[in-house]
Amino acid sequence: MKYKAEIIAGIVIVVFVAIFLITNMSVQKSLGEGEESWAGADAQAEEFISESGYEPWFSPLWEPPSGEIESLFFSLQAAIGALIIGYFFGYYGAKRQKAAD
Amino acid sequence: MHIMEGFLPSPWWQFWWLVSLPFLAMGMYQLRKTVRERREALPLLAVAGAFVFVLSSLKLPSVTGSCSHPTGTGLSAVLFGGFITSVLALIVLIYQALLLAHGGITTMGANVFSMGVAGPLVAWALYRAGKQVNLNTFINVFIAAFVADLFTYVVTSFQLALAFPAAEGGLLSSFAAFMAIFALTQIPLAVVEGVIVALTFKYIIDVRPDILVKLDVLTQNTLNRLKEAAS
Repeated sequence: MKYKAEIIAGIVIVVFVAIFLITNMSVQKSLGEGEESWAGADAQAEEFISESGYEPWFSPLWEPPSGEIESLFFSLQAAIGALIIGYFFGYYGAKRQKAAD
Repeated sequence: MHIMEGFLPSPWWQFWWLVSLPFLAMGMYQLRKTVRERREALPLLAVAGAFVFVLSSLKLPSVTGSCSHPTGTGLSAVLFGGFITSVLALIVLIYQALLLAHGGITTMGANVFSMGVAGPLVAWALYRAGKQVNLNTFINVFIAAFVADLFTYVVTSFQLALAFPAAEGGLLSSFAAFMAIFALTQIPLAVVEGVIVALTFKYIIDVRPDILVKLDVLTQNTLNRLKEAAS
């Protein structure tokens, strides 16, 4: 079958989203007022270490001053990557088509 | 898997920098060789690097109520091996450390080791072994990408456990605690990443099968078989 890989990928992503939605329902119920869930695992590890009384001995040279600016750089990172991937797949695809004509 | 800036005490941050440096040096050497001798593979190198960029920028929610991101190193590990992948991981980690305050300069050695060396090397070895026994190529790529992702987080847990052994139960109990934070969250993400990398691999086979043979990623026989199956 020609689109087997695409179908499998689609199913996996749908299952992944479904699991998230179901987990989210129970997570939201167990939350107290003002609590937030779905924090980063990196931050959880940081918290876990800090609980033992450890103080980081060095801090980042620059920190994004707000969540918005942080997401700007994350989007920029994804955009740069996606641009390069799209460019080369397009280039290869067009080249192959031209060779076939 | 980022160990935050300043969160590895001396001597661990120096130790992981020292461990990572030889891999990075080897990666730079192989990279230069590829740039000189395999110019036709350069676009693929760019795509592999870009793939790490995209995937490691996506923070995905997982089953345990926390978010984490895939590593995206599986594709590059399969195509170019573990050493070159360590250089690509370094580029992404520098971007995230300097612009996002994710990870850090002092902990970069440890982060390069988990994301760029340990995960990709194991993935590459598994892919090669699977190729030897003629495992289905897509399943093989899936396993490689899955392991590159998951093993990265296992190594991060181990690195943190080494630096912060628990007062009671020591290294092992601390390792278990970090594994619970990192590895469990990562399993569903690693599955998704594996599927996406396998799909991307299919498109690479579609557009430039010749390079895959030249890079010794696929044999001509396997390629012919895949093409027959696809038509």
